[in-house]
Amino acid sequence: MSRTAENYRGYNFAYLDEQTKRMIRRAILKAIAIPGYQVPFASREMPMPYGWGTGGVQVTAAILGPSDVLKVIDQGADDTTNAVSIRQFFEKTAGVETTTETEKATVIQTRHRIPEAKLQGHQVLVYQVPIPEPLRFLEPRETETRTLHALAEYGLMHVRLYEDIAQHGHIAKTYAYPVLVADRYVMDPSPIPKFDNPKMDDCAALQLFGAGREKRIYAIPPYTKVVSLDFEDHPFEATKFEQPCALCGATDSYLDEVITDDQGGRMFVCSDTHHCETRRCEGHVGHLGMPVTEAAE
Amino acid sequence: MYVAVKGGERAIANAHRLVEHERRGDRNVPELGTEQIEQQLSLAVDRVMSEGSLYDRGLAALAIKQARGDLIEAIFLIRAYRTTLPRFGFSVPLDTADMAIRRRISSTYKDLPGGQVLGPTFDYTHRLLDFALAAEGNPAPPVTAPVDTAERFPRVTDLIAQDDLIERNPPENPGQPVGDLTREPLAFPAERDLRLQNLARGDEGFLLALGYSTQRGYGRNHPFVGEIRMGEVEVEFDIPELGLMASLGEVTLTECQMVNQFKGSLTEPAKFTRGYGLSFGHCERRAMSMSLVDRALRADELGEERTSPAQDEEFVLSHSDNIQATGFVEHLKLPHYVDFQAELALLRQMRRELETRASTHPEAAE
Repeated sequence: MSRTAENYRGYNFAYLDEQTKRMIRRAILKAIAIPGYQVPFASREMPMPYGWGTGGVQVTAAILGPSDVLKVIDQGADDTTNAVSIRQFFEKTAGVETTTETEKATVIQTRHRIPEAKLQGHQVLVYQVPIPEPLRFLEPRETETRTLHALAEYGLMHVRLYEDIAQHGHIAKTYAYPVLVADRYVMDPSPIPKFDNPKMDDCAALQLFGAGREKRIYAIPPYTKVVSLDFEDHPFEATKFEQPCALCGATDSYLDEVITDDQGGRMFVCSDTHHCETRRCEGHVGHLGMPVTEAAE
Repeated sequence: MYVAVKGGERAIANAHRLVEHERRGDRNVPELGTEQIEQQLSLAVDRVMSEGSLYDRGLAALAIKQARGDLIEAIFLIRAYRTTLPRFGFSVPLDTADMAIRRRISSTYKDLPGGQVLGPTFDYTHRLLDFALAAEGNPAPPVTAPVDTAERFPRVTDLIAQDDLIERNPPENPGQPVGDLTREPLAFPAERDLRLQNLARGDEGFLLALGYSTQRGYGRNHPFVGEIRMGEVEVEFDIPELGLMASLGEVTLTECQMVNQFKGSLTEPAKFTRGYGLSFGHCERRAMSMSLVDRALRADELGEERTSPAQDEEFVLSHSDNIQATGFVEHLKLPHYVDFQAELALLRQMRRELETRASTHPEAAE
């Protein structure tokens, strides 16, 4: 590892050179000015693979300042391997303070989740986006989808959602559930579970989305209207869980299912590790958890 | 009891140590030097330089060593390094007619000015394992012929063009800005300069398969190898501030010009058309594949119906880059359990609803 650290010394603050950061910031500003619109940007080749957060990393690198406090999560957790890897990348290249506490962070880079704690006005949430185009699986051609967005022609999407209902009785999208931003652009919220969709609406924090491989940046400015697509007779419904978190007893958080044995044993625990820890420190105990003081020993 | 996936940091550090250990292999076997790779695995070096878009044999050799011979991984290392380098500008267009030829063949003419030069090629070798090489390879020195430095090797396509039988190269346009898809995101439809740049750094296997598909009828374009040439070309850089042309050195290139079936009309005389392939180093397979795909992608321009994958610009250019492809395919290794959980929840709900319907209306369920 020491060799890697030495190699980083020759690089600029937060890895990217200042010209590249300016180019990315211009794209971000445009994205903020046109909420939900996908702005093409000259995505760079990063030292981690495409599909592993290169878009989010570039956005974070472009907005990070020396006084920022960075949190990185993947699947809601700070300790998943790729979150650890990206956090280490910025520790090495920017030397910024990092944290696992949602409240303490000024920049939060995420893959697949929005933290449970309500975000604040001084915070920026940076999403890693694999496929930014919500219409991609209905129309594979970029030339076509850009035209559809320009004309706000979203009939295809509504037909797709209707067909789901006709076939399954439900809209069969459980993550990357499409939203309408500021009454204009249909946007892919990245593969967050639809459970998280309501958190995007009227959010105090700035939300930035970076897709490195597809070379797109888009944004939801603070306090913007974000509506999950639905029908009057089939209103949008967030995923609900039938049991509380086994460790902290939370009933309002998104849960991961953990297989505990090969006899069908299952337990459900908070996907947001910081949320779960905070609750346990506050004295909440789930049916399989134990009080924090004892667990610490 | 529940054990969270903790300790990611230590696991990552240890995995890095382990992969270094595996790379080294048995320590009783002498370590591979980058000079050995550069000299003795030179075609691997050529491929890494081409798809890595960086002409540096030493770095390519290092990347191959570090990547344990995984060439896509090596290309990735080179790309990630290249992206950090400052960009001074663009070289003067290379003149491949001025190439110091080491190999030059044409399949359209039996003989031609400069002649056919077979050069270092696997063509016509019998692919028999050379068991003696396993012990030691000390080949006889090559046979050489006197070189006539005054000998010119005009490009075959230029010879055909003298009779106006092939489409002209587009006219020079020195003021025209050069597209660079590493600096500006690619938009469609793309100009030919960007298409060629994309193909030049595209995955060899992908180009090969697409080129092959055109030969089997998926966008057929009746190709002849007008010429393949390989050798050294000087790279020059114009510095108007200093009023001089600086030579940056020589690069080895492989160029392939395909001559393809005609375009013409009742009013316009028929002409052969061109497909172009260029590669760093000695990469004939890649230059040939590239020229087939380049020609196929000119379907619109030449008024041909686009019916096949190789003719589909968005399809080809969006999927040719193996660094993008490998990243996105391999990202499926990353945890997806949040989304999987959402799918599980819906699946269970739908099954429950079906069961409820079946128990209340047994006949309806049949």
